[in-house]
Amino acid sequence: MPLLEATALSKYFQARRGIFGGERGTVRAVDGISFVIEPGQTLGVVGESGCGKTTTAKLVLGLEEPTGGTIRFDGRDLRRLDAAGRRNYRKSVQAVFQDPYASLNPRMRISAIIAEPLITHEKLSAAAVRERVLELLDLVGLPARAADLFPHEFSGGQRQRIAIARALALSPKLIVLDEPVSALDVSIRAQILNLLRDLQARLGVSYLFIAHDLAAVAHMSHQIVVMYLGKIVESGEAKQLARAPKHPYTEALFSAALPSHPDERRDEIILSGEVPSPLNPPSGCRFHPRCPQAMPRCGDEEPTLAAVEERVVACHLFDAAAATLTAARLEPVAQPG
Amino acid sequence: MQDNGMPGIGKTGAPLLDIQNLSTHYVSSQGTRVVRAVDDVSLRIHAGETLGIVGESGSGKSTLALTIMRVLPPAARIVSGRMLFEGEDLVQKSDAEMQHVRGKRIAMILQDPMASLNPLFTIGNQVGEPLRVHEGASRASAWDRARQLLKSVRIPSPETRVTQYPHEMSGGMRQRIVGAIGISCEPRLLIADEPTTSLDLTIQAQYLNLLRDLQRAHGLALIFITHNLGIVAKMCDQLAVMYAGRVVESGPVSRIFNAPSHPYTEALLNAIPRMSDSDQRLTAIDGQPPDLAAMPPGCAFAPRCVRAVAECLEAPPPEFFPEEGRTTRCWLSEPVGMSGATAPAERRVATGAA
Repeated sequence: MPLLEATALSKYFQARRGIFGGERGTVRAVDGISFVIEPGQTLGVVGESGCGKTTTAKLVLGLEEPTGGTIRFDGRDLRRLDAAGRRNYRKSVQAVFQDPYASLNPRMRISAIIAEPLITHEKLSAAAVRERVLELLDLVGLPARAADLFPHEFSGGQRQRIAIARALALSPKLIVLDEPVSALDVSIRAQILNLLRDLQARLGVSYLFIAHDLAAVAHMSHQIVVMYLGKIVESGEAKQLARAPKHPYTEALFSAALPSHPDERRDEIILSGEVPSPLNPPSGCRFHPRCPQAMPRCGDEEPTLAAVEERVVACHLFDAAAATLTAARLEPVAQPG
Repeated sequence: MQDNGMPGIGKTGAPLLDIQNLSTHYVSSQGTRVVRAVDDVSLRIHAGETLGIVGESGSGKSTLALTIMRVLPPAARIVSGRMLFEGEDLVQKSDAEMQHVRGKRIAMILQDPMASLNPLFTIGNQVGEPLRVHEGASRASAWDRARQLLKSVRIPSPETRVTQYPHEMSGGMRQRIVGAIGISCEPRLLIADEPTTSLDLTIQAQYLNLLRDLQRAHGLALIFITHNLGIVAKMCDQLAVMYAGRVVESGPVSRIFNAPSHPYTEALLNAIPRMSDSDQRLTAIDGQPPDLAAMPPGCAFAPRCVRAVAECLEAPPPEFFPEEGRTTRCWLSEPVGMSGATAPAERRVATGAA
């Protein structure tokens, strides 16, 4: 059973245009996406600004109420949970954010920062809390004396370790990692990525990993979903997807990733234009105005997600292949109409 | 750019910019604390070449750029060295003389386009400003040129865009406008300090290609200041790796990527995740960069270096030349004949003189 299963998840925001709010519009930040996170595995989410990856993270964290669709955690629908159930959910899902300078209170000692979730959620004696804090510091590779220091006494990489320790305090089953290494230097990034992988191997925790560094996502994830303007355009096994993208957007995105070696030559697909406004997304396939392989029908008909060779792709280029495969396998493809 | 594969080697003629033993220090108001942000840096770049300067935060790469532009904050001092730009030493120039260099012969693109653009002026006004200042262009002709420049950085419908304000543009467009301002007076050298960090991937790819096309069209020399080795791999001919204020390794990009000679460069290259080998564990560099105000006596990287030997902790390594066109500051690259012949104490003297 998957740890977390999102089905046809949507989040719309009402937007006012103009100072007097005359005209109203709807931003479909997340528009009917479905994904699963397996226990002990990492789901990577990639996409450019405005694609809805942060809104997805907020929905999973329960910081936003979905407009439509369901999230099931351990088989239970989040909206059906009672107060105790919701409390338990909040304990089970924790987050680590991008900027470790903003996410730690500068006036609190490290011990208080890490202990805060323990004090909120669990009735522990002071001695037990202290013991757990030291255990967590050790887990993330910080010395015990760090407990009595303040955040300003640490570098960016060490602060991110503290944020990870705090996220681990309640032994969560899922940690949402929103750009956890983007603010860090190259030599420190590898330390944190290695730490996250070690912790997963040791504790069996799942990650929802959001980052714009595609190589880091490919390195960390078991599955990847690619989002564009609130929709999933492609998802599949991480290494395969990175090696051989199918959707033209994924292809362009991965070809735009910087090479790791100057002799590495690849066909660059330079997309024209920019991501359109989510207030007024293009008709049909949302990617078609920028798509180098767009066909006439792409502007009229919205493609649905369909299974193509162990991958799920929403693109008319694969209509024929998808139809035969889906029929052959009879595998239900989760996608709303 | 011109000689593919091996730029900088056998490059004839004087370099466009020749930086020799440049040091820039930040001095506290009492003069008690000295931060050696740029320490004995020597670099050269030829016309049409692209030089990448790579380093982590605090390595001194941005201070180096500010030193070249001579726009240092008050606490900073250029304490030694020369910067020969087209044969003239920029260090010796007065502030008034520098105003004729900045924006005209050397231009700069910064990381955040919103911070480089004034929100109260139209795009046309801002793109045309350098032309009016440096070339005495009339308002009308500056406006005209602004339109052409916007077109050359691929802004759609430049006629309407010149009358608009920065907030009406997307991030990618703003950064292209900053690029247009940069090239407006046809500079010889363009310094780009982390120009794409605020951009999305596909927009970054667009922008880098634009910069490359502009460079080819105008024969520009380009200095990329970045922490991203991928940008270096994609864009640059020459690379200088900075660590704690020093250039620890420099040379042609592909040769450094294929066979780094400094352990720090090697470690950096191994620390980046790659699409292809994602099951491998990353080789992290343990520890933190040193405090620039309290540098270790030996090599600044020695405390984190896996290959450090006893002598690395004693004296900072001078620049060695492992092959033509390459430099490295690592005792391990010391020519064989020399090792053992000189004691560390004597070496320290040699370093000072170098």
